[in-house]
Amino acid sequence: MPIGRLSSAEVEARVVRSLKKRHIKEKAFRAVGLSGVVTGLVLVLILFTSILSRGLPAFWQATFELDVYFNPEIIRIDPRPTQTSGESSGDFRERELAWLTQVNMVNWNRLLEDSVIAAAPEAAAMARRDVRRLITSGERFQLREMVAENPSIIGETRRLRLLADANVDVWLRGNIDRSLPDAQQQLSRATRDLADKLFEEGIIKIRFSQALFMNPDSRSSLASAGLAGAFVGSLFMMLIVMFLAVPVGVASAIYLEEFAPKNKLTDLIEVNINNLAAVPSIVFGLLGAAIFINTFNLPMSTPIVGGLVLSLMTLPTVIIATRSALKAVPPSIRQAALGVGASRVQTVFGHVLPLAIPGILTGAILGVAQALGETAPLLLIGMNAFVTNIASTPFEQSAALPVQIYLWQGNELRNFFEARTSAAIIVLLALMISLNAFAIWLRKKFERRW
Amino acid sequence: MSTNKTVRMSANDVRVFYGDKEAIKGVSVDIMENEVIAFIGPSGCGKSTFLRCLNRMNDTIEGCRVEGEITLDGNNIYDSRMDPVLLRARVGMVFQRPNPFPKSIYENVAYGPRIHGLASSKRDLDEIVEVSLSKAGLWDEVKDRLMEPGTGLSGGQQQRLCIARTIAVSPEVILMDEPCSALDPIATATVEELIEELSSQFSIAIVTHSMQQAARVSNRTAYFHLGKLIEVGDTDEVFTKPKNELTEAYITGRFG
Ligand SMILES: Nc1ncnc2c1ncn2[C@@H]1O[C@H](COP(=O)(O)OP(=O)(O)OP(=O)(O)O)[C@@H](O)[C@H]1O
Ligand SMILES: [Mg+2]
Repeated sequence: MPIGRLSSAEVEARVVRSLKKRHIKEKAFRAVGLSGVVTGLVLVLILFTSILSRGLPAFWQATFELDVYFNPEIIRIDPRPTQTSGESSGDFRERELAWLTQVNMVNWNRLLEDSVIAAAPEAAAMARRDVRRLITSGERFQLREMVAENPSIIGETRRLRLLADANVDVWLRGNIDRSLPDAQQQLSRATRDLADKLFEEGIIKIRFSQALFMNPDSRSSLASAGLAGAFVGSLFMMLIVMFLAVPVGVASAIYLEEFAPKNKLTDLIEVNINNLAAVPSIVFGLLGAAIFINTFNLPMSTPIVGGLVLSLMTLPTVIIATRSALKAVPPSIRQAALGVGASRVQTVFGHVLPLAIPGILTGAILGVAQALGETAPLLLIGMNAFVTNIASTPFEQSAALPVQIYLWQGNELRNFFEARTSAAIIVLLALMISLNAFAIWLRKKFERRW
Repeated sequence: MSTNKTVRMSANDVRVFYGDKEAIKGVSVDIMENEVIAFIGPSGCGKSTFLRCLNRMNDTIEGCRVEGEITLDGNNIYDSRMDPVLLRARVGMVFQRPNPFPKSIYENVAYGPRIHGLASSKRDLDEIVEVSLSKAGLWDEVKDRLMEPGTGLSGGQQQRLCIARTIAVSPEVILMDEPCSALDPIATATVEELIEELSSQFSIAIVTHSMQQAARVSNRTAYFHLGKLIEVGDTDEVFTKPKNELTEAYITGRFG
């Protein structure tokens, strides 16, 4: 029975006519959506291939395998002091320090030069410093540590892995134009020729670079520069954010959403939280420098300050994500629980929260991941300082991964550090991807579909 | 027949506001011991709203304000000394739409008794669950799948599960908001039997759109119209010789 002035046939005709338009609209929308997704995927693919193709080579680097003779002629030191009976530990410590100074004074470079000459006799005719250039300068400390720890190896020969100089690595792997004239080369012709020969003979090989993962940053011995310091710093900050921003944020959100009275004050708080989430991160850096460093006198460049600043920055994100997860729980569940006489707390923790957990976790981990990649606020609290040790507590000075990327990006030895920079990016991305994978796993674990 | 019973709950000039809008405009009605009172009236007239006042579920709705006095056994339930948690344990509610917890069937029923500490052992709790489910006419259908999710049941089964959940805490008054709107005639008959059985122990207030149901299960009937209580009396009388013409128009099907 037709309603209105149109007959059934006319109604059908109109519907058919409008149908065509609607189908076109739907198709157009689908095409736009799909092309958006494809563009995004292609861009991500390009990003990943470019980073991987640049960064992966840095996971390997030119490394010597040399027989090092701990020549007693060169290592002329007294026997290691032992504590005599009746000697105070202070006196003993003093003697030990004197001995360590002696160990320090040994010409370790000579030992390295001699080892190279032993492996390639023609190097004997070269200038000593041209030979020395082959091995990165930090490696002499490896010999020093070995002797200081165990002086009995003096007079023995040990087969050691030693990192080649960064410029040797660049030369051997063709990261510098080999046809450039001598004046524009970083290494002398003699050094380059010797490097080529040692490479041919298999004394220098491109090996997996432990230094990248085990060492802190270095400027005097570029080939030994590693990410460990930055990684540990970022890890500390991540833990601080996880154990500070996440619980505080979730608790505040639960309070605001489920318990707080709705009035002007809570409205004001809500508006402010939303605004805070939009504040540029560098502002949090300034705030952190003012509060934590100037007022509370916490040490500069430390993960504790970084973690606190990043926590402040992450807090609004966590609160907003948690609140929307709580809001998404159907009100009928709350009514059901209240209806059988559950208290507010029982309702929230027994029924609402379990349903909101997947959403809360996703938000929290996205917040942590965002904090992990943040650079700007860290610059303002001095985390761009050049730090050569690996922090063992959050109160020690430390580097951080995103800042390390920034610092390496600016290093003058571009040919070497371009790959290292991308390698650092890979490590940061890997950390983030594993964090996200963890989030997905957690969500799956808590997501009960019923 | 209701005149010689004692009053269980009493509403006195109750007004409910949603923001500025007055949804209940001065309703006074008593709920007696061991009686079933039916609330009928056209859609949107405020039956659910009034029912929610009786166990303070309106407290949880934002912008909702209740005025007037409602007593349970002589005590004002809106008094500051009245704990809404205790009130809701004594005045249970079955909602218009089934809302089982996203937990197992067993957990759904066991939850109330557990939080109120009604069972002293696992065996006790099992018994409460079984009795509640049997009374709600669901036991035979679910006894082999107690650990499966309550949300996996059909709509009608879910509603009976919610009824079982409500009676598991042995409330004194049960409020039912169209408990049978999602049920087939057989399940409806089960619930009606249950209401009959429960009325020997409890007071029941039931909202229904079915005149037949109101006539079948209730002792008294209250007719609501646009937020006002038009008429309340013994069900037989309201249905056979209504005093108000609005009531007559509604029950004879002229509107609503
Ligand atoms: N949460 C709310 N916020 C604002 N207004 C509401 C709310 N709940 C109900 N109302 C209004 O209060 C009035 C009464 O609603 P109520 O749900 O009590 O009616 P009802 O008699 O139960 O209707 P039905 O038979 O359709 O369930 C309606 O006009 C409705 O729009
Ligand atoms: Mg209703």
